[in-house]
Amino acid sequence: MTDIDTTPFEISSEPFYHPQGNEIALYEAAYRSRLPVMVKGPTGCGKSRFIEHMAWKLGKPLITVACNEDMTASDLVGRYLLDADGTRWLDGPLTTAARIGAICYLDEVVEARQDTTVVIHPLTDHRRTLPLDKKGELVEAHPDFQLVISYNPGYQSLMKDLKQSTKQRFVALDFDYAPAELERGILQQETGIDGEIAGKLVQLAATARNLKGHGLDEGVSTRLLVYAATLIGNGMPPAEACQAALVRPITDDPDICDTLNHAIDSVFG
Amino acid sequence: MSMKLCIPKDELAHYRERLNCNFAELEQVFPDCMEEAVSLLSEAGLKDYLDGASLICMIGRGFEPVLTYLEEMPRVAARIGENSLSLIAQTVWQISRTPNGKTIPFFLQTIAEAARRLGSEQLLRHYVELILDMMERTTVSIHGFHATHPSPGAIDMLQNMPLLLRQLSLEGLKNWIDYGIRNHAKHPERQRDYFGLQSADSRAIMQRERQGTLFIDNERKLNLYLKALWNSKTFLVPYSEAFDELRKPRPYYDALGIRLPDAYDASHGVSGIDRYRALLAHCAAHQRWSEAIIADNFSPFQRLAIETFEDARVDHLACQRYPGLRRILLALHPRPDENACNPETQSCIRHRLAMVSYAMLDADGHGYLNPFVVEFSQRFHQLMAEGAQDTRTIATLALAFVAQTRRQSDQLPNIHFENTEVGYRDDNRHLWRFIESGDEEESFDDPKQRTQQQEDMQTLPPRLYPEWDYHSKTFRPDWVSLYESLHPSGDPDLIDRLLNKHAILARRLKQLMELLKPQQYVRIRYQEDGSELDLDVAIRSLIDFRSGHTPDPRINMSHRHDGRDIAVTLLLDLSASLDDTPPGCEQTILQLSQEAVSLLAHTIEGVGDEFAIAGFSSNTRHEVRYQHIKGFSEHWGAEVKARLAAMEAGYSTRMGAAIRHAGHYLKARKADKKLLLVLTDGEPSDIDVDDDRHLIHDCHKAVQELDQQGVYIHCINLDPKADDYVADIFGQHYTVIDRVERLPEKLPQLFISLTK
Repeated sequence: MTDIDTTPFEISSEPFYHPQGNEIALYEAAYRSRLPVMVKGPTGCGKSRFIEHMAWKLGKPLITVACNEDMTASDLVGRYLLDADGTRWLDGPLTTAARIGAICYLDEVVEARQDTTVVIHPLTDHRRTLPLDKKGELVEAHPDFQLVISYNPGYQSLMKDLKQSTKQRFVALDFDYAPAELERGILQQETGIDGEIAGKLVQLAATARNLKGHGLDEGVSTRLLVYAATLIGNGMPPAEACQAALVRPITDDPDICDTLNHAIDSVFG
Repeated sequence: MSMKLCIPKDELAHYRERLNCNFAELEQVFPDCMEEAVSLLSEAGLKDYLDGASLICMIGRGFEPVLTYLEEMPRVAARIGENSLSLIAQTVWQISRTPNGKTIPFFLQTIAEAARRLGSEQLLRHYVELILDMMERTTVSIHGFHATHPSPGAIDMLQNMPLLLRQLSLEGLKNWIDYGIRNHAKHPERQRDYFGLQSADSRAIMQRERQGTLFIDNERKLNLYLKALWNSKTFLVPYSEAFDELRKPRPYYDALGIRLPDAYDASHGVSGIDRYRALLAHCAAHQRWSEAIIADNFSPFQRLAIETFEDARVDHLACQRYPGLRRILLALHPRPDENACNPETQSCIRHRLAMVSYAMLDADGHGYLNPFVVEFSQRFHQLMAEGAQDTRTIATLALAFVAQTRRQSDQLPNIHFENTEVGYRDDNRHLWRFIESGDEEESFDDPKQRTQQQEDMQTLPPRLYPEWDYHSKTFRPDWVSLYESLHPSGDPDLIDRLLNKHAILARRLKQLMELLKPQQYVRIRYQEDGSELDLDVAIRSLIDFRSGHTPDPRINMSHRHDGRDIAVTLLLDLSASLDDTPPGCEQTILQLSQEAVSLLAHTIEGVGDEFAIAGFSSNTRHEVRYQHIKGFSEHWGAEVKARLAAMEAGYSTRMGAAIRHAGHYLKARKADKKLLLVLTDGEPSDIDVDDDRHLIHDCHKAVQELDQQGVYIHCINLDPKADDYVADIFGQHYTVIDRVERLPEKLPQLFISLTK
């Protein structure tokens, strides 16, 4: 179809992922028919890692786009660039993925502007096409192409929500922080830390997650726990590592800092 | 007084000669006093001591001050230095030269306690200066040329000094005294109430100045602690420990929340906040792991034992969960000496339980030898290791403990209490269920009375607002009571007639307002992607491109909606001065205000901004009235017009509380811009305030507070002399309208220019 080299988008080694439920089977079933997938969940709970893992498992290239507020439709689709010889068309990541049959992963899609989310509509229903109106081309999606978006429903903002017409084009997988036992295992596997400290880190995370909505927008993510465990593994004393990795990143509120510091003292004794 | 004399007779006589005092009672006590003095003081100190006593003898206040001095001073001098001897004598002499001579005995009584609490001569000197200063400032002279009336509150204050010194630092004491003098200087009775710790504000200020960790400063932290570590949300209700001398209240919890002290001092190396946390951890552990059991079958001793064992069980579980808690609990738990209680003469039940409780908390380090204590703490830990997860199991163990350690002397009325009370534990009232209603319930409220009270509460309860005291730079807590109500209604036609009268002006305003109406579309230029090509930029880019430069690709433009999102509150001063007719006018200010407000409301209704009107007046700090004339959700209709028509002037202008209250509603609006317009005809004043500047400063503070919260305040002042104060309150945000008759025209124009 095209002669684009897909190797930069292929995942060479297995990303570590520990399943929490039947999400792998669900995803595989969805991929079989190339259904678009939405992964939901709080930040740092393993959404992106899961998609990487699945791309590796299915042996498909993965194109990840981190969405931001200034991202426009042409950042996804492509644009004409001006150069010395006139203009030249450059495919955007979505177009590339549609051409080469990659899994296109739009991370934090609500961050992007509203017009951006609309361009994915024709790709996500039976049409599976991407019109490039500026170029006058209609790209037929490669049979292997699949669109995946991630979305963090915890923003609690009127402005940051997906339209119903967008939401209802996806199969949704719900993610949350893993249960304590599992999260402990993840920490051990990811960082090689011993089980007792991993257990304490998970217990600390639970205290911070209790405060969500009481001054914290988000609880401590698994990712931050991995950071804390890494710091401890690199020789930092646990209390200091936890302050640096678990408390300071998530809050500037002195009362919450104080409470969490006390929790660290209580848990590590 | 049968002490053996070690001082030789002739030496004693020598000392007696140097004490220039002829009270007959002196001869009996002199040898004993000297005995102590000689053992504690140096030769120079003895001289000061006797000179001081001689001086006090001369003031002519009888023997009592001399005796107090002789008895107390040697120990004071030994504790903080001998300079205190002459300091105190001189001070007493100084006081005796004022009308406050009666306070001298009370003053001397406080010295020993003050020296003990303050601990240094320097601080004692400050303390003495503080007392002298207080007396001087509250001693009033009525006829002008010298002080004649003694300080009304000094004696009450000195009598309360032990309590005050226990709770307050010297700094806090000074603030407390300052507050009392400042606010009650002209009311001798109120001074007595204040300095006698009888009045509510006196206690409130004392609580505020307290040392230690105050509950109010840490309420949020404690709530966060409960939520984070125990995932529990319970109301925390503080109680004061300062005023119940006989029966100290204990923490407890029930369905309504956890009651805890309003302040904790650091103790045993545990900070106040950690003591609070230990208490909360204990209560939360009870909530999580304890269940109520039926009390009727147990004797009081058995219940006490079950409570102790159950406390130990939940503490143990809490420490398992949070190992760091153990250090705090161990530090706070009393560790009674094994032989502190004599079972022959005292009931040792509490002592035994305290020991076993400590041993259960600290299995390895308790060091007790008592076989029962050792045995039961081992059995306890065995049970816990087996995972005894309910209250009943542990109750069985507790009953066994009572049965095996029982002694006849447990029944003695003299119970050994010392060092057996565990401060962080609650009173365990939640642990018991009573099948039969016994005589232990306490019922303070007569149920009939309560319904009566409820019937009385038909109107809204007052909202309490603080007031800023610019002298001390602190808030007076809950100082102003504000009552809000709906403004009574009158005849709406009146307002319509007013609007007709100004029909031409109204039309002009309407036109002006049309201009203000939201311009729905705003162009955004320099966009890479947009709905239209921006020709100017495109041509420039093309020129750049053709001439070989890098062109700017942002050649499009797009549009966005530009809504107008303003919430406005108009706050009207309805004080009595509104009934005045300004010179050169035919109408009163009230009537002019009515016209102006009608026009403004009419205009704003046309633009569609959120708009509320309220009036305020005050009759002392106990009654600030806040009357709603138009609510945000109401339209400019007959009802609102009727209320506006019934506007009446009366009482005074306590503006700060009204501004705070208006701001309270305005803050709750979701609009982007919030505007509070204050229409007034004079400076803030009230009949219970003597100091002109006080309400001005308070008002300024209220304005600052709202400003920080994003409310823009603008004052429209009709007082030609307003320049003296209005800038002090509102900064640059004010307009003075000197020709009041033009107010109806000016007010809407002002609004338009403010929101353009």
